Amino acid sequence: MYDFELLTATSLNEAVTALQNEETQALAGGQTLIPTMKQRLASPERLVSLTRIKALQGVTVTAKEVVIGAATRHADVAVQAAASFPALADLAGHIGDPAVRNRGTIGGSLANNDPAACYPAAVLACGAVIETNLRRIAAEDYFDGMFGTALDDGELITAVRFPIPEIAHYEKFVQPASRFALVGVFVARFDGVVRVAVTGASQMGVFRWAEAEAALSNEFAPVAIGNLAIDPAELIADAHAAQTYRAHLVAVMTKRAVTAAHQ
Amino acid sequence: MLQLNMTVNGQPVSGQAEGRTLLVQFLRDELGLTGTHIGCDTSQCGACIVHINGDAVKACTMFAAEAAGAKVNTIEGQANADGSLNRIQQAFQDNHGLQCGFCTPGMVMSATALLRHTPKPDESTIRTYLEGNICRCTGYHNIIKAVLAASEQDAFAQNPR
Repeated sequence: MYDFELLTATSLNEAVTALQNEETQALAGGQTLIPTMKQRLASPERLVSLTRIKALQGVTVTAKEVVIGAATRHADVAVQAAASFPALADLAGHIGDPAVRNRGTIGGSLANNDPAACYPAAVLACGAVIETNLRRIAAEDYFDGMFGTALDDGELITAVRFPIPEIAHYEKFVQPASRFALVGVFVARFDGVVRVAVTGASQMGVFRWAEAEAALSNEFAPVAIGNLAIDPAELIADAHAAQTYRAHLVAVMTKRAVTAAHQ
Repeated sequence: MLQLNMTVNGQPVSGQAEGRTLLVQFLRDELGLTGTHIGCDTSQCGACIVHINGDAVKACTMFAAEAAGAKVNTIEGQANADGSLNRIQQAFQDNHGLQCGFCTPGMVMSATALLRHTPKPDESTIRTYLEGNICRCTGYHNIIKAVLAASEQDAFAQNPR
């Protein structure tokens, strides 16, 4: 790999100070960044590792919220959120493979905003709040297209606050080589109002499916989806799936998520 | 250069690394522990899986400096104290869970991590857990049998045909 400098932060302040330098990039679990650097798709001059900042790790549960530190690994969310928010724990427990889950973090996933990542679907479907060292950002304002976010240069996610839904489920159709979602749908219901967020499908990144939300808020059952369909025009087309197939999968994954959320 | 200290297979070790040095390079080139293999170098194949503080991770997808101070276990530390194969390694041999053997260190390290938290996994659990370990020889069936055998379960009883 090309030469660069690696710093290790042990406090949030240290990390934020290091990130003042615009040539410095945050390194979380590295499960995307390190392969990206090997391919020279990214070539930061300096990395600051966040994984030793204890204050950014762990899951806190209150009556209404699950708050996850940004440097909490997927494997830890899968265990620590299992009792309070099983749908989120289940999502975390199926990201990538076990070795990826032992390094990858929620903050890293959300800062990268891969259009096929799992966490963005949960954040948007739950209306979670992204906390940074500077402010709180609502889910609706956070995601900004493929790999784009509302984060400014040097801004660091510190935690993610998920309101706990009445019922929820995440269903994904796995792209078998990458283990990313070919299409993933997170369905969550709050006080009878249903939110549906779709990842893996759109060229614009994660999005909410308003028609399905209205139908499911009226009747929370797979049959409510009926013939509702996503317009394939803005969906991703690649070697793994055509736009029409992805559009089909969105409806199927939504129905499966609703069925599973009933269980 | 950074001076790194860590515990590898129970022994304190020290070595030099650059910031860019991957853990797998440190293990192989600096410590001479070449049992941890580099298969794909793109975090797909799992041949480089080692344990960091008990957790299976891909040594090609973390920097050596990130393992400073950690307890690292590699395939070289898996044999019994008398040098004989441990029960998981022996099960791979007994069940022909390898052909060329290139993926085997990663497979054994993954299987070891699985059996630590799930001592009696069913076939589906084993297949799911090993999805980050690629084998191009065996077709996986005998690897699954080996892990079942290592957990003192009969492959035929799990999946009678």
